[in-house]
Amino acid sequence: MKDEFGGFLIEREHISCLQIRVLFFWVDGSVWKMQLRQDAAGASTSTKLLSPSEGFGLLLFSGLDLTVSLLIISYLLPPQSLPLNPISRRKVSPPIYFSGVPPELILVIQLKLEVNIPLAMLSTLQPPRSLTLLPFRRFHGSKTIASLASSSPTLDASSVSPPQSQILTTRRSLLSGETTASEIAKSYLSRIRLTEPQLKCFLHVSENVLKEAQEIDQRISRGEEVGPLAGVVIGVKDNICTEGMPSTAASRILEHYRPPFDATAVKKIKEMGGIVVGKTNMDEFGMGSTTEASAFQVTANPWDLTRVPGGSSGGSAAAVAARQCMVSLGSDTGGSVRQPASFCGVVGLKPTYGRVSRFGLMAYASSLDVIGCFGSTVADAGMLLHAVSGYDRFDSTSSKQDVPEFDTQFLSMDSFESKPLKGVRVGLIRETLEEGVDSGVRSATQEAASHLEALGCVVTEVSLPSFSLGLPAYYVIASSESSSNLSRYDGVRYGNQVMADELNKLYECSRGQGFGGEVKMRILMGTYALSAGYYDAYYKRAQQVRTLIRKDFKAALDHNDILISPAAPSAAYKIGEKKDDPLAMYAGDIMTVNVNLAGLPAIEKLLKVGHIFEQTLKGSDFVPPTLPNVA
Amino acid sequence: MSTTLFRTIQPNHFTLLTTALLRTRTKTSRHISVRCQTSTTTQQPRTSAPKNHGSNKLDEILKDYEAVIGIETHVQLSTSTKAFCSCPNSYGSHPNTSICPVCMGLPGALPVLSSKVVDFGVRLGLALNCSLSLKSKFDRKQYFYPDLPKGYQISQFDVPIASGGYVDVDIPLEFGGGHRRFGITRVHMEEDAGKLLHSDAGDYSQAMIVDLNRAGVPLLEIVSEPDMRSGVEAAEYGSEMQRIVRYLGVSNGNMQEGSLRCDVNISIRPIGQAEFGTKVEIKNLNAFSAMSRAIDYEITRQALLYNQGQADKIVTETRLWDEGAQKTVTMRKKEGLADYRYFPEPDLPEVILTQEYVDSIRASLPELPEAKRRRYEAMGLGIQDVLFLANDVSVAEYFDEVIGKGADVKSAANWLMSDIAAYLKNEELSISDVKLTPHELAELIAAIKDETISGKIGKQILFELLAKGGTVQGMIKEKDLITDPVEIEKVIMKVISESPKQLEQYRSGKTKLQGFFAGQVMKMSKGKANPALLNKILLEKLNAKE
Repeated sequence: MKDEFGGFLIEREHISCLQIRVLFFWVDGSVWKMQLRQDAAGASTSTKLLSPSEGFGLLLFSGLDLTVSLLIISYLLPPQSLPLNPISRRKVSPPIYFSGVPPELILVIQLKLEVNIPLAMLSTLQPPRSLTLLPFRRFHGSKTIASLASSSPTLDASSVSPPQSQILTTRRSLLSGETTASEIAKSYLSRIRLTEPQLKCFLHVSENVLKEAQEIDQRISRGEEVGPLAGVVIGVKDNICTEGMPSTAASRILEHYRPPFDATAVKKIKEMGGIVVGKTNMDEFGMGSTTEASAFQVTANPWDLTRVPGGSSGGSAAAVAARQCMVSLGSDTGGSVRQPASFCGVVGLKPTYGRVSRFGLMAYASSLDVIGCFGSTVADAGMLLHAVSGYDRFDSTSSKQDVPEFDTQFLSMDSFESKPLKGVRVGLIRETLEEGVDSGVRSATQEAASHLEALGCVVTEVSLPSFSLGLPAYYVIASSESSSNLSRYDGVRYGNQVMADELNKLYECSRGQGFGGEVKMRILMGTYALSAGYYDAYYKRAQQVRTLIRKDFKAALDHNDILISPAAPSAAYKIGEKKDDPLAMYAGDIMTVNVNLAGLPAIEKLLKVGHIFEQTLKGSDFVPPTLPNVA
Repeated sequence: MSTTLFRTIQPNHFTLLTTALLRTRTKTSRHISVRCQTSTTTQQPRTSAPKNHGSNKLDEILKDYEAVIGIETHVQLSTSTKAFCSCPNSYGSHPNTSICPVCMGLPGALPVLSSKVVDFGVRLGLALNCSLSLKSKFDRKQYFYPDLPKGYQISQFDVPIASGGYVDVDIPLEFGGGHRRFGITRVHMEEDAGKLLHSDAGDYSQAMIVDLNRAGVPLLEIVSEPDMRSGVEAAEYGSEMQRIVRYLGVSNGNMQEGSLRCDVNISIRPIGQAEFGTKVEIKNLNAFSAMSRAIDYEITRQALLYNQGQADKIVTETRLWDEGAQKTVTMRKKEGLADYRYFPEPDLPEVILTQEYVDSIRASLPELPEAKRRRYEAMGLGIQDVLFLANDVSVAEYFDEVIGKGADVKSAANWLMSDIAAYLKNEELSISDVKLTPHELAELIAAIKDETISGKIGKQILFELLAKGGTVQGMIKEKDLITDPVEIEKVIMKVISESPKQLEQYRSGKTKLQGFFAGQVMKMSKGKANPALLNKILLEKLNAKE
């Protein structure tokens, strides 16, 4: 008998034999399976710990009485993670139950105390002591160009294999029959259930994940073609429309709103077989740099639960970092992909303006908004970008230029020459390493530059004279456009409407109660900046600054193939630290906004450099700590 | 209404029924009298002005003031889709059936400009002698209203697609005649808003229903220079706009459906004063006659206020034309200038026109009303005829086809203006509905001219062709008309041989008897003989010396 219960599959089979399997999900994506067996007589008991190469699985109890299983789960997991709990944990006092269960179960209960440890590890990045003795192999390393979040020393750099593309790994294992899409989906769902209580990356988790995965499996078993993203578990930022799933931009004014159409990017993902696992948390309408401005919940940084994941695409970045999904879509208006990627230690890719259709992306600042991609490797982010790129007749600002093939940029490490990036000219933007930038950030950036030099790049410092003008110009343009873009949320046609006797009251109350403080502030600023008499002084001048910045970037790119800079002046800060000081938070955007104003970048070379950089990175400071390879 | 009463009231309450019916009747007749009043005022606009002034005195006052009138015309384009989405652009659909995420302003939806809108904008711009902006852009005009789904209207602000043009009109003779040229400030593209329907369900909740079928329908707004000075001029300007959009085929120009909407800005100033007076806007003008009357009313109202030293009571406001009361009433006062916070629409790229594109459209423009009028005038037609023929593009095209077949210009004009126009009016048809083709009208005119048929027969044939179609030749055959000289001669010879006495009298000088012979021949041929042929042959035979 199978019983789906809030996402946990509880199986009761072979009553004659007690079998308990427990799966542990590690923050780096590895999974261990523990199996306990007891035969009917209770005579022989086996406990097995299966290696991660066995693949993914689900937290699964077989053969136990349903109630007992639930009870165990309820002990294994923190209280808020038990969804739809019909058997309240508070109702029954566990010890009474446990007094009657076989000793093997006690073992599970003992283990359960350690199941909590991987969760705690999300912040400490230290494995539970008891498990370090067990056979274990690192599955993936988490490391990126801009990962500045951790400074823990690497234990043994030589044991680190370069990170592998999860999209390619998934495709290989699906097509070879090694695993099934359903298995993969189940494991991710389970991982979401496990980690969500602490992280709160998702505002909504799709109910159709397993169904979609099964369809892919059926197609594979029938020998049919499957798309390049088949079985890839993808998170989508909540301001990107998904048909049949709530899409609220983390705002009360759109609470429960379900769009009748998919954003073009989402449509493309679905057509290629990707599975949208859920909607990720964000700052309301993308306005913020911490994800604290979400109307619904605050997302924690998986590396340290007391810190912010960055924003506004904080949910998408944190979900990839915590391996709740393989890749995710975010949006970037002034740094909303790059900054959270940096804070969460994943790869974030902000494409050129117009590369990805904005149709279905709830507009914040239309002339700056782009849909961007997160992945745990450069290849993943690049492949996701490739999937969603291209001209769209529903977005007149989308680019008609052909989408180049990115695949050729992701060579395997064996094919690298000694100086694989020989002759690539890299410009290090001087203004991004000046005063106000944390020394850790500065040194990390310089180390990255040295690494590039070691790979054969020619690194020179470049100066963008207009750099400091970008931030004020960005805030004028973004607020102005948002004040207009958010006019449509008036409570008349959709979203939350407050009943009122007269029209102005309806607007006032619907918008007053629907929008959060940050959003209101930006609408007010933008309305002011666009008002008659101020337009020239603010909006028009900001647009002139924009032209200036574009010119500076162009000049810098005339002499360099790529430009590098840190994505933020500091690593992730504490939750609440800058909540009451919006100017300090805005200042954090200084590294990223200029690129939006200029509409950059050009992607091909960047991807190649990023990929090689990542693949060749050894023993660098910002690789998360790993375990000795005991096996 | 009375039938309803019959149904609901029991037959045995006979007395009650009669009173009810009576009451109904009184109401109806009163209603009719109201309508009569209305139509009287239509003919004499000035009488609707405030009553305590004699007409002469009023004219005295008006003499000292000059009205300055500018008009904003919104033209709904007859594109097959809306301006920024692929929803059908159709009038009269069930509320909220032609809508999509884009025109509903759903989150994430983006506008995509239909090229047809630009096409029509260029056409109208060229027709109005404007210079075109090869690079124009869209802007957002921002305000809140339930019929405006996005909270802003996509419009063009500082760079309209066309600007600096003019239009020539002929003032009809009954209004003094003459030729006028009015400046066109600009033509710009924008989208229409939805419609608010107030629920009349009868319950207490004042529900407001928003119908978004019209939201996103493309409009061209034409702003005139403040060049008009009277209601008549303004109405003629409006009619010319209607003619032009219909000639161009960019709109049906129907005022009742709101496809053509004119908002009038009017101020008056003492003659000789350079600066303008306080501007008042008049809306809700759904006919040109109403426009003319509303303006004249407003001129009188403002002149009287000036005259009474109450010029300060003329305030910047929007007034509505109340057709029932024949006066303008305050709709809303404008407190300061509305700030629409215009800024460039970031969702749409600039509209770039190439010179070749503009040239190709210029080359494809049809002959416009003014050119037609001048051409007809040059053909020798009187101005009344010219205005009539050029007024309706389908009539003008019909006329052009008729004369293109070689028909006499004057006759063609006369037929169209008299008998055909009367027929169309009676049958409530338009020229495109009639079965008579221009070719056959030309044939008919030719047949009458060369006297193959009489004018009387011609008229008969005309009405039959209008209603049933067919050809003039076919009709002559059908009517068994004898146009063969040999046939006619046979009948004539028979008549002559049967009336030797009259022949003798004729030949002895009583030539009046020709009429007798002709009558006999007609009688014998049952009226089917061609009269011209008949008389010609008859004369030959009567005068023939034996």
